[in-house]
Amino acid sequence: MTEPANPTLWQGFAAVVKRDLLLAYKRPGDMLNPLFFFAMVSTLFPLAIGPAGDQLKLLGPGVVWVAALLSVLLSLNSMYLSDLEDGSLDQLILSPQPLPLIALGKTVAHWLVSGFPLVLVSPLIAITYQMPTETIGVMVVTLTLGTISLSLLGSVGAALTVGLNRGNALLSLLVLPLAMPVLIFGARTVALAAADDAVSAGVYFLAAYCMLALSFAPFAAAAALKISNE
Amino acid sequence: MFRHMWIFLHKLASPPHFYGLAAKMIPWFYVSGLLLIAYGTIAGLFYAPADYQQGDAFRIIYVHVPAAYLSMMAYSIMAISAGIGLIWRMKLAHAVAAAAAPLGAWFTFLALATGSIWGRPMWGTWWEWGDPRLTSELIMLFLYFGYMSLRAAIDETSKADKASAVLILVGAVNVPIIHFSVEWWSSLHQGPTLVREGGPAIETAMLYPLLGMILGFTLFFGALLLARVRAEVLHRERRSRWVRNLILGESA
Repeated sequence: MTEPANPTLWQGFAAVVKRDLLLAYKRPGDMLNPLFFFAMVSTLFPLAIGPAGDQLKLLGPGVVWVAALLSVLLSLNSMYLSDLEDGSLDQLILSPQPLPLIALGKTVAHWLVSGFPLVLVSPLIAITYQMPTETIGVMVVTLTLGTISLSLLGSVGAALTVGLNRGNALLSLLVLPLAMPVLIFGARTVALAAADDAVSAGVYFLAAYCMLALSFAPFAAAAALKISNE
Repeated sequence: MFRHMWIFLHKLASPPHFYGLAAKMIPWFYVSGLLLIAYGTIAGLFYAPADYQQGDAFRIIYVHVPAAYLSMMAYSIMAISAGIGLIWRMKLAHAVAAAAAPLGAWFTFLALATGSIWGRPMWGTWWEWGDPRLTSELIMLFLYFGYMSLRAAIDETSKADKASAVLILVGAVNVPIIHFSVEWWSSLHQGPTLVREGGPAIETAMLYPLLGMILGFTLFFGALLLARVRAEVLHRERRSRWVRNLILGESA
Protein backbone atom coordinates (compact mmCIF):
# COMPACT_ATOMS: atom_id res chain seq x y z
CA MET A 1 0.00 0.00 0.00
CA THR A 2 1.54 3.31 -1.02
CA GLU A 3 0.70 6.45 0.87
CA PRO A 4 0.67 9.78 -0.95
CA ALA A 5 3.59 12.06 -0.12
CA ASN A 6 1.38 14.80 1.28
CA PRO A 7 -1.69 13.24 2.84
CA THR A 8 -4.76 15.46 3.08
CA LEU A 9 -6.38 16.35 6.40
CA TRP A 10 -9.09 13.80 5.82
CA GLN A 11 -6.56 11.05 5.07
CA GLY A 12 -4.66 11.85 8.25
CA PHE A 13 -7.85 11.80 10.29
CA ALA A 14 -9.00 8.53 8.70
CA ALA A 15 -5.60 6.94 9.28
CA VAL A 16 -5.75 7.71 13.02
CA VAL A 17 -9.28 6.34 13.34
CA LYS A 18 -8.40 3.23 11.32
CA ARG A 19 -5.28 2.56 13.35
CA ASP A 20 -7.10 2.81 16.67
CA LEU A 21 -9.96 0.63 15.47
CA LEU A 22 -7.45 -1.97 14.27
CA LEU A 23 -5.69 -1.86 17.65
CA ALA A 24 -9.03 -2.33 19.43
CA TYR A 25 -9.86 -5.26 17.12
CA LYS A 26 -6.57 -6.93 17.96
CA ARG A 27 -7.22 -6.50 21.69
CA PRO A 28 -10.92 -7.25 22.05
CA GLY A 29 -10.64 -7.20 25.85
CA ASP A 30 -10.26 -3.42 25.82
CA MET A 31 -13.53 -3.16 23.97
CA LEU A 32 -15.46 -5.81 25.87
CA ASN A 33 -14.46 -4.96 29.44
CA PRO A 34 -16.36 -1.65 29.64
CA LEU A 35 -19.33 -3.42 28.08
CA PHE A 36 -19.28 -6.18 30.70
CA PHE A 37 -18.86 -3.52 33.35
CA PHE A 38 -21.93 -1.72 32.02
CA ALA A 39 -24.00 -4.92 32.14
CA MET A 40 -22.66 -5.88 35.58
CA VAL A 41 -23.44 -2.51 37.19
CA SER A 42 -26.95 -2.64 35.78
CA THR A 43 -27.36 -6.11 37.29
CA LEU A 44 -26.18 -4.94 40.71
CA PHE A 45 -29.05 -2.51 41.26
CA PRO A 46 -31.99 -4.94 41.13
CA LEU A 47 -30.01 -7.35 43.32
CA ALA A 48 -29.29 -4.64 45.87
CA ILE A 49 -32.68 -2.94 45.86
CA GLY A 50 -35.13 -5.74 45.19
CA PRO A 51 -37.08 -7.03 42.22
CA ALA A 52 -40.22 -4.87 42.60
CA GLY A 53 -41.24 -3.83 39.09
CA ASP A 54 -42.49 -0.30 39.85
CA GLN A 55 -39.29 0.61 41.64
CA LEU A 56 -37.12 -0.72 38.81
CA LYS A 57 -39.13 1.23 36.27
CA LEU A 58 -38.41 4.42 38.20
CA LEU A 59 -34.73 3.59 38.68
CA GLY A 60 -34.08 2.34 35.14
CA PRO A 61 -33.13 5.58 33.35
CA GLY A 62 -30.83 6.70 36.16
CA VAL A 63 -29.13 3.34 36.49
CA VAL A 64 -28.49 2.99 32.75
CA TRP A 65 -27.03 6.50 32.65
CA VAL A 66 -24.80 6.12 35.70
CA ALA A 67 -23.56 2.77 34.42
CA ALA A 68 -22.83 4.25 30.98
CA LEU A 69 -20.99 7.21 32.53
CA LEU A 70 -18.83 4.94 34.68
CA SER A 71 -17.97 2.51 31.93
CA VAL A 72 -16.98 5.28 29.52
CA LEU A 73 -14.81 6.63 32.31
CA LEU A 74 -13.25 3.20 32.79
CA SER A 75 -12.07 3.08 29.20
CA LEU A 76 -10.77 6.66 29.10
CA ASN A 77 -7.52 5.98 30.89
CA SER A 78 -6.23 3.79 28.07
CA MET A 79 -7.02 6.39 25.39
CA TYR A 80 -3.47 7.76 25.17
CA LEU A 81 -1.68 5.38 27.51
CA SER A 82 -0.53 2.74 25.00
CA ASP A 83 0.53 5.49 22.59
CA LEU A 84 2.63 7.03 25.33
CA GLU A 85 4.19 3.70 26.26
CA ASP A 86 5.26 2.70 22.75
CA GLY A 87 6.32 6.21 21.81
CA SER A 88 3.77 6.72 19.05
CA LEU A 89 2.31 9.68 20.94
CA ASP A 90 5.51 11.61 20.20
CA GLN A 91 5.14 10.75 16.53
CA LEU A 92 1.51 11.87 16.52
CA ILE A 93 2.49 15.21 18.09
CA LEU A 94 5.41 15.64 15.67
CA SER A 95 3.37 14.76 12.59
CA PRO A 96 2.53 17.58 10.16
CA GLN A 97 -1.19 16.93 10.62
CA PRO A 98 -2.86 19.39 13.00
CA LEU A 99 -2.92 17.90 16.49
CA PRO A 100 -6.58 18.81 17.24
CA LEU A 101 -7.59 16.74 14.22
CA ILE A 102 -5.57 13.78 15.47
CA ALA A 103 -7.09 14.17 18.93
CA LEU A 104 -10.53 14.22 17.30
CA GLY A 105 -9.67 11.08 15.36
CA LYS A 106 -8.64 9.30 18.53
CA THR A 107 -11.83 10.47 20.24
CA VAL A 108 -13.99 9.20 17.37
CA ALA A 109 -12.25 5.83 17.56
CA HIS A 110 -12.73 5.80 21.33
CA TRP A 111 -16.44 6.44 20.95
CA LEU A 112 -16.83 3.77 18.27
CA VAL A 113 -15.06 1.25 20.50
CA SER A 114 -16.48 2.08 23.93
CA GLY A 115 -19.47 4.43 23.56
CA PHE A 116 -21.30 2.98 20.59
CA PRO A 117 -21.46 -0.62 21.95
CA LEU A 118 -23.07 0.76 25.12
CA VAL A 119 -25.76 2.44 23.05
CA LEU A 120 -26.39 -0.85 21.23
CA VAL A 121 -26.64 -2.88 24.44
CA SER A 122 -28.71 -0.34 26.41
CA PRO A 123 -32.14 -1.43 25.01
CA LEU A 124 -31.54 -4.91 26.44
CA ILE A 125 -30.95 -3.45 29.88
CA ALA A 126 -33.95 -1.16 29.50
CA ILE A 127 -36.13 -4.19 28.80
CA THR A 128 -34.93 -5.96 31.93
CA TYR A 129 -35.87 -2.83 33.89
CA GLN A 130 -39.32 -3.05 32.29
CA MET A 131 -39.07 0.36 30.72
CA PRO A 132 -41.84 1.03 28.15
CA THR A 133 -40.87 0.56 24.49
CA GLU A 134 -41.36 4.22 23.51
CA THR A 135 -38.92 5.24 26.24
CA ILE A 136 -36.22 3.02 24.80
CA GLY A 137 -36.05 5.09 21.61
CA VAL A 138 -35.52 8.28 23.60
CA MET A 139 -32.90 6.51 25.70
CA VAL A 140 -30.95 5.39 22.64
CA VAL A 141 -30.97 8.93 21.19
CA THR A 142 -29.90 10.59 24.46
CA LEU A 143 -27.25 7.94 25.13
CA THR A 144 -25.81 8.42 21.64
CA LEU A 145 -25.49 12.19 22.10
CA GLY A 146 -24.36 11.77 25.72
CA THR A 147 -21.65 9.19 25.10
CA ILE A 148 -20.22 11.31 22.25
CA SER A 149 -20.05 14.29 24.64
CA LEU A 150 -18.48 12.11 27.33
CA SER A 151 -15.82 10.81 24.94
CA LEU A 152 -15.00 14.38 23.91
CA LEU A 153 -14.87 15.71 27.48
CA GLY A 154 -12.94 12.64 28.55
CA SER A 155 -10.37 13.11 25.81
CA VAL A 156 -9.33 16.38 27.48
CA GLY A 157 -9.07 14.68 30.87
CA ALA A 158 -7.18 11.72 29.40
CA ALA A 159 -4.75 14.07 27.64
CA LEU A 160 -4.16 16.00 30.87
CA THR A 161 -3.48 12.91 32.97
CA VAL A 162 -1.57 10.76 30.48
CA GLY A 163 1.68 9.58 32.03
CA LEU A 164 0.75 10.58 35.58
CA ASN A 165 1.15 7.98 38.30
CA ARG A 166 -2.27 8.11 39.91
CA GLY A 167 -3.85 8.86 36.55
CA ASN A 168 -6.96 6.74 36.75
CA ALA A 169 -8.48 8.00 40.00
CA LEU A 170 -7.46 11.54 39.11
CA LEU A 171 -9.13 11.23 35.72
CA SER A 172 -12.47 10.42 37.38
CA LEU A 173 -12.11 13.41 39.69
CA LEU A 174 -11.44 15.70 36.72
CA VAL A 175 -14.09 14.42 34.31
CA LEU A 176 -17.04 13.50 36.55
CA PRO A 177 -17.94 17.04 37.74
CA LEU A 178 -17.73 18.29 34.16
CA ALA A 179 -19.96 15.44 33.01
CA MET A 180 -22.80 16.34 35.41
CA PRO A 181 -24.88 18.31 32.86
CA VAL A 182 -24.80 15.35 30.47
CA LEU A 183 -25.91 12.99 33.23
CA ILE A 184 -28.63 15.34 34.47
CA PHE A 185 -30.13 16.00 31.05
CA GLY A 186 -29.66 12.45 29.81
CA ALA A 187 -31.24 10.70 32.76
CA ARG A 188 -33.98 13.29 33.28
CA THR A 189 -35.01 13.25 29.65
CA VAL A 190 -35.41 9.48 29.71
CA ALA A 191 -37.35 9.77 32.97
CA LEU A 192 -39.59 12.42 31.37
CA ALA A 193 -40.18 10.13 28.41
CA ALA A 194 -41.17 7.36 30.82
CA ALA A 195 -43.71 9.76 32.36
CA ASP A 196 -45.10 10.66 28.89
CA ASP A 197 -43.77 14.23 29.10
CA ALA A 198 -42.22 16.36 26.38
CA VAL A 199 -38.63 15.34 25.75
CA SER A 200 -37.52 17.73 23.01
CA ALA A 201 -35.95 20.28 25.41
CA GLY A 202 -33.61 17.69 26.89
CA VAL A 203 -32.68 16.21 23.53
CA TYR A 204 -31.97 19.68 22.10
CA PHE A 205 -29.82 20.51 25.10
CA LEU A 206 -27.81 17.30 24.76
CA ALA A 207 -27.34 17.93 21.04
CA ALA A 208 -26.20 21.50 21.74
CA TYR A 209 -23.81 20.31 24.43
CA CYS A 210 -22.45 17.70 22.03
CA MET A 211 -21.82 20.39 19.37
CA LEU A 212 -20.12 22.64 21.92
CA ALA A 213 -17.87 19.81 23.06
CA LEU A 214 -17.14 18.88 19.44
CA SER A 215 -16.05 22.45 18.71
CA PHE A 216 -13.81 22.97 21.73
CA ALA A 217 -12.68 19.64 23.16
CA PRO A 218 -10.27 18.63 20.34
CA PHE A 219 -8.39 21.92 20.74
CA ALA A 220 -8.23 21.62 24.52
CA ALA A 221 -7.13 18.00 24.22
CA ALA A 222 -4.40 18.97 21.73
CA ALA A 223 -3.13 21.71 24.06
CA ALA A 224 -3.19 19.27 26.98
CA LEU A 225 -1.32 16.61 25.00
CA LYS A 226 1.42 19.08 24.15
CA ILE A 227 1.70 20.15 27.79
CA SER A 228 1.81 16.66 29.25
CA ASN A 229 4.31 15.52 26.66
CA GLU A 230 6.84 18.32 26.86
CA MET B 1 -0.98 57.28 29.40
CA PHE B 2 -0.89 53.80 27.87
CA ARG B 3 2.85 53.70 28.26
CA HIS B 4 2.56 54.30 31.99
CA MET B 5 -0.01 51.54 32.24
CA TRP B 6 2.22 49.12 30.36
CA ILE B 7 5.19 49.95 32.51
CA PHE B 8 3.05 49.45 35.61
CA LEU B 9 1.79 46.08 34.36
CA HIS B 10 5.23 45.01 33.32
CA LYS B 11 6.64 45.90 36.73
CA LEU B 12 3.74 44.13 38.44
CA ALA B 13 4.57 40.94 36.58
CA SER B 14 8.12 40.92 37.89
CA PRO B 15 8.25 38.76 41.04
CA PRO B 16 10.46 40.97 43.28
CA HIS B 17 8.38 44.04 42.50
CA PHE B 18 5.15 42.20 43.17
CA TYR B 19 6.58 40.75 46.37
CA GLY B 20 7.33 44.22 47.73
CA LEU B 21 4.12 45.84 46.50
CA ALA B 22 1.95 43.05 47.94
CA ALA B 23 3.61 43.43 51.34
CA LYS B 24 2.57 47.09 51.37
CA MET B 25 -0.99 46.34 50.26
CA ILE B 26 -1.79 43.43 52.58
CA PRO B 27 -2.25 45.45 55.83
CA TRP B 28 -4.71 47.81 54.11
CA PHE B 29 -6.75 44.88 52.87
CA TYR B 30 -6.73 43.23 56.30
CA VAL B 31 -7.70 46.34 58.23
CA SER B 32 -10.47 47.50 55.88
CA GLY B 33 -11.76 43.95 55.45
CA LEU B 34 -11.88 43.19 59.16
CA LEU B 35 -13.51 46.57 59.94
CA LEU B 36 -16.24 45.91 57.40
CA ILE B 37 -16.74 42.37 58.70
CA ALA B 38 -17.00 43.73 62.25
CA TYR B 39 -19.59 46.31 61.11
CA GLY B 40 -21.53 43.67 59.17
CA THR B 41 -21.50 41.22 62.08
CA ILE B 42 -22.66 43.73 64.69
CA ALA B 43 -25.23 45.44 62.48
CA GLY B 44 -26.42 42.14 61.04
CA LEU B 45 -26.75 40.29 64.32
CA PHE B 46 -28.05 43.05 66.61
CA TYR B 47 -29.57 45.88 64.57
CA ALA B 48 -31.11 44.26 61.50
CA PRO B 49 -34.78 43.35 62.10
CA ALA B 50 -35.75 39.68 62.21
CA ASP B 51 -37.25 38.29 59.03
CA TYR B 52 -41.05 38.09 59.21
CA GLN B 53 -41.02 34.51 57.92
CA GLN B 54 -37.67 33.07 58.88
CA GLY B 55 -37.20 34.86 62.23
CA ASP B 56 -33.62 35.07 63.38
CA ALA B 57 -32.57 32.07 61.31
CA PHE B 58 -32.12 34.29 58.27
CA ARG B 59 -29.07 35.95 59.88
CA ILE B 60 -26.83 33.18 58.59
CA ILE B 61 -27.22 34.97 55.24
CA TYR B 62 -24.44 37.31 56.44
CA VAL B 63 -21.93 34.45 56.14
CA HIS B 64 -23.63 32.29 53.53
CA VAL B 65 -24.00 34.82 50.73
CA PRO B 66 -20.46 36.30 50.93
CA ALA B 67 -18.98 32.79 51.04
CA ALA B 68 -21.03 31.60 48.06
CA TYR B 69 -20.14 34.74 46.14
CA LEU B 70 -16.45 34.30 46.88
CA SER B 71 -16.47 30.67 45.81
CA MET B 72 -17.57 31.85 42.33
CA MET B 73 -15.27 34.88 42.48
CA ALA B 74 -12.21 32.75 43.26
CA TYR B 75 -13.01 30.45 40.36
CA SER B 76 -13.32 33.42 37.99
CA ILE B 77 -10.02 34.83 39.25
CA MET B 78 -8.39 31.46 38.65
CA ALA B 79 -9.85 31.19 35.15
CA ILE B 80 -8.76 34.73 34.20
CA SER B 81 -5.26 34.27 35.59
CA ALA B 82 -4.96 30.86 33.94
CA GLY B 83 -5.90 32.45 30.61
CA ILE B 84 -3.38 35.27 31.10
CA GLY B 85 -0.74 32.74 32.11
CA LEU B 86 -1.33 30.58 29.05
CA ILE B 87 -1.59 33.40 26.52
CA TRP B 88 1.11 35.80 27.71
CA ARG B 89 3.19 33.18 29.51
CA MET B 90 3.13 35.25 32.66
CA LYS B 91 4.37 33.13 35.54
CA LEU B 92 2.89 35.37 38.20
CA ALA B 93 -0.59 34.72 36.80
CA HIS B 94 -0.11 30.98 37.25
CA ALA B 95 1.03 31.62 40.82
CA VAL B 96 -2.18 33.58 41.45
CA ALA B 97 -4.33 30.72 40.11
CA ALA B 98 -2.47 28.17 42.21
CA ALA B 99 -2.75 30.32 45.34
CA ALA B 100 -6.45 31.05 44.87
CA ALA B 101 -7.55 27.41 44.59
CA PRO B 102 -7.44 26.36 48.29
CA LEU B 103 -9.09 29.65 49.29
CA GLY B 104 -11.86 29.11 46.77
CA ALA B 105 -12.34 25.54 47.95
CA TRP B 106 -12.56 26.75 51.54
CA PHE B 107 -15.18 29.41 50.78
CA THR B 108 -17.13 26.85 48.77
CA PHE B 109 -17.07 24.52 51.76
CA LEU B 110 -18.17 27.40 54.01
CA ALA B 111 -21.06 28.18 51.67
CA LEU B 112 -22.10 24.53 51.69
CA ALA B 113 -21.85 24.22 55.47
CA THR B 114 -23.81 27.42 56.18
CA GLY B 115 -26.33 26.54 53.47
CA SER B 116 -26.89 23.18 55.08
CA ILE B 117 -27.23 24.71 58.57
CA TRP B 118 -29.68 27.26 57.15
CA GLY B 119 -31.59 24.47 55.46
CA ARG B 120 -32.23 22.69 58.75
CA PRO B 121 -34.79 25.22 60.15
CA MET B 122 -36.06 26.25 56.69
CA TRP B 123 -36.61 22.93 54.95
CA GLY B 124 -36.35 20.60 57.93
CA THR B 125 -33.40 18.73 56.42
CA TRP B 126 -29.65 19.23 56.53
CA TRP B 127 -29.34 18.53 52.86
CA GLU B 128 -31.89 19.13 50.15
CA TRP B 129 -31.04 17.63 46.75
CA GLY B 130 -33.86 19.60 45.19
CA ASP B 131 -32.04 22.86 45.79
CA PRO B 132 -30.11 23.74 42.64
CA ARG B 133 -27.65 26.22 44.11
CA LEU B 134 -26.56 23.96 46.93
CA THR B 135 -26.03 21.16 44.42
CA SER B 136 -24.04 23.32 42.01
CA GLU B 137 -21.88 24.54 44.93
CA LEU B 138 -21.16 20.88 45.69
CA ILE B 139 -20.09 20.29 42.08
CA MET B 140 -18.00 23.45 42.37
CA LEU B 141 -16.22 21.92 45.37
CA PHE B 142 -15.41 18.84 43.29
CA LEU B 143 -14.03 21.09 40.53
CA TYR B 144 -11.72 22.73 43.06
CA PHE B 145 -10.63 19.32 44.36
CA GLY B 146 -9.93 18.14 40.81
CA TYR B 147 -7.84 21.23 40.13
CA MET B 148 -5.81 20.83 43.30
CA SER B 149 -5.24 17.08 42.80
CA LEU B 150 -4.10 17.63 39.22
CA ARG B 151 -1.59 20.20 40.45
CA ALA B 152 -0.46 17.88 43.22
CA ALA B 153 0.00 14.97 40.79
CA ILE B 154 2.44 16.87 38.54
CA ASP B 155 5.89 17.44 40.03
CA GLU B 156 7.22 19.99 37.58
CA THR B 157 5.83 23.44 38.43
CA SER B 158 5.66 24.88 34.91
CA LYS B 159 3.94 21.75 33.61
CA ALA B 160 1.50 21.75 36.53
CA ASP B 161 0.79 25.43 35.78
CA LYS B 162 -0.12 24.84 32.16
CA ALA B 163 -2.02 21.58 32.64
CA SER B 164 -4.12 23.01 35.46
CA ALA B 165 -4.71 26.17 33.41
CA VAL B 166 -6.21 24.08 30.60
CA LEU B 167 -8.38 22.27 33.15
CA ILE B 168 -9.64 25.47 34.77
CA LEU B 169 -10.49 27.00 31.38
CA VAL B 170 -12.43 23.89 30.34
CA GLY B 171 -14.13 24.08 33.74
CA ALA B 172 -14.94 27.77 33.30
CA VAL B 173 -16.81 27.00 30.06
CA ASN B 174 -18.71 24.31 31.93
CA VAL B 175 -19.60 26.14 35.15
CA PRO B 176 -22.50 28.18 33.66
CA ILE B 177 -23.77 25.04 31.92
CA ILE B 178 -23.61 23.04 35.16
CA HIS B 179 -25.40 25.85 36.95
CA PHE B 180 -28.12 26.04 34.33
CA SER B 181 -28.61 22.28 34.14
CA VAL B 182 -28.88 21.90 37.90
CA GLU B 183 -31.37 24.79 37.91
CA TRP B 184 -33.44 23.07 35.23
CA TRP B 185 -33.23 19.84 37.16
CA SER B 186 -35.21 21.26 40.05
CA SER B 187 -35.91 24.46 41.93
CA LEU B 188 -36.62 24.99 45.61
CA HIS B 189 -34.19 27.73 46.62
CA GLN B 190 -35.48 31.22 47.32
CA GLY B 191 -35.14 33.39 44.23
CA PRO B 192 -32.35 35.92 43.79
CA THR B 193 -32.80 38.79 46.24
CA LEU B 194 -29.83 41.06 45.55
CA VAL B 195 -29.29 41.14 41.80
CA ARG B 196 -32.63 41.53 40.07
CA GLU B 197 -34.70 44.06 38.22
CA GLY B 198 -36.20 46.90 40.24
CA GLY B 199 -33.54 46.84 42.95
CA PRO B 200 -32.90 44.38 45.76
CA ALA B 201 -35.91 42.85 47.48
CA ILE B 202 -34.56 43.29 50.98
CA GLU B 203 -34.98 45.96 53.63
CA THR B 204 -32.13 48.47 53.87
CA ALA B 205 -31.44 47.67 57.55
CA MET B 206 -30.80 44.11 56.40
CA LEU B 207 -29.14 45.08 53.14
CA TYR B 208 -26.34 47.36 54.34
CA PRO B 209 -24.81 44.85 56.75
CA LEU B 210 -24.97 42.25 53.96
CA LEU B 211 -23.21 44.54 51.48
CA GLY B 212 -20.67 45.36 54.20
CA MET B 213 -20.08 41.67 54.78
CA ILE B 214 -19.69 40.95 51.04
CA LEU B 215 -17.18 43.77 50.62
CA GLY B 216 -15.42 42.88 53.87
CA PHE B 217 -15.14 39.20 52.91
CA THR B 218 -13.80 40.22 49.50
CA LEU B 219 -11.13 42.47 51.00
CA PHE B 220 -10.21 39.79 53.52
CA PHE B 221 -10.02 37.28 50.68
CA GLY B 222 -7.80 39.74 48.79
CA ALA B 223 -5.43 39.96 51.75
CA LEU B 224 -5.24 36.18 52.11
CA LEU B 225 -4.75 35.77 48.37
CA LEU B 226 -1.94 38.33 48.26
CA ALA B 227 -0.23 36.66 51.22
CA ARG B 228 -0.53 33.25 49.57
CA VAL B 229 0.76 34.55 46.22
CA ARG B 230 3.71 36.10 48.04
CA ALA B 231 4.55 32.75 49.61
CA GLU B 232 4.06 31.00 46.28
CA VAL B 233 6.35 33.48 44.50
CA LEU B 234 8.97 33.08 47.19
CA HIS B 235 8.85 29.31 46.83
CA ARG B 236 9.00 29.39 43.03
CA GLU B 237 11.86 31.89 42.96
CA ARG B 238 13.77 30.18 45.75
CA ARG B 239 16.85 29.72 43.56
CA SER B 240 16.94 33.28 42.27
CA ARG B 241 19.32 35.94 43.43
CA TRP B 242 16.75 38.43 44.74
CA VAL B 243 15.32 35.86 47.15
CA ARG B 244 18.79 35.03 48.37
CA ASN B 245 19.58 38.71 48.86
CA LEU B 246 16.27 39.17 50.63
CA ILE B 247 16.94 36.37 53.09
CA LEU B 248 20.60 37.27 53.63
CA GLY B 249 19.62 40.90 54.08
CA GLU B 250 16.97 40.03 56.64
CA SER B 251 19.18 37.72 58.66
CA ALA B 252 22.17 40.09 58.62
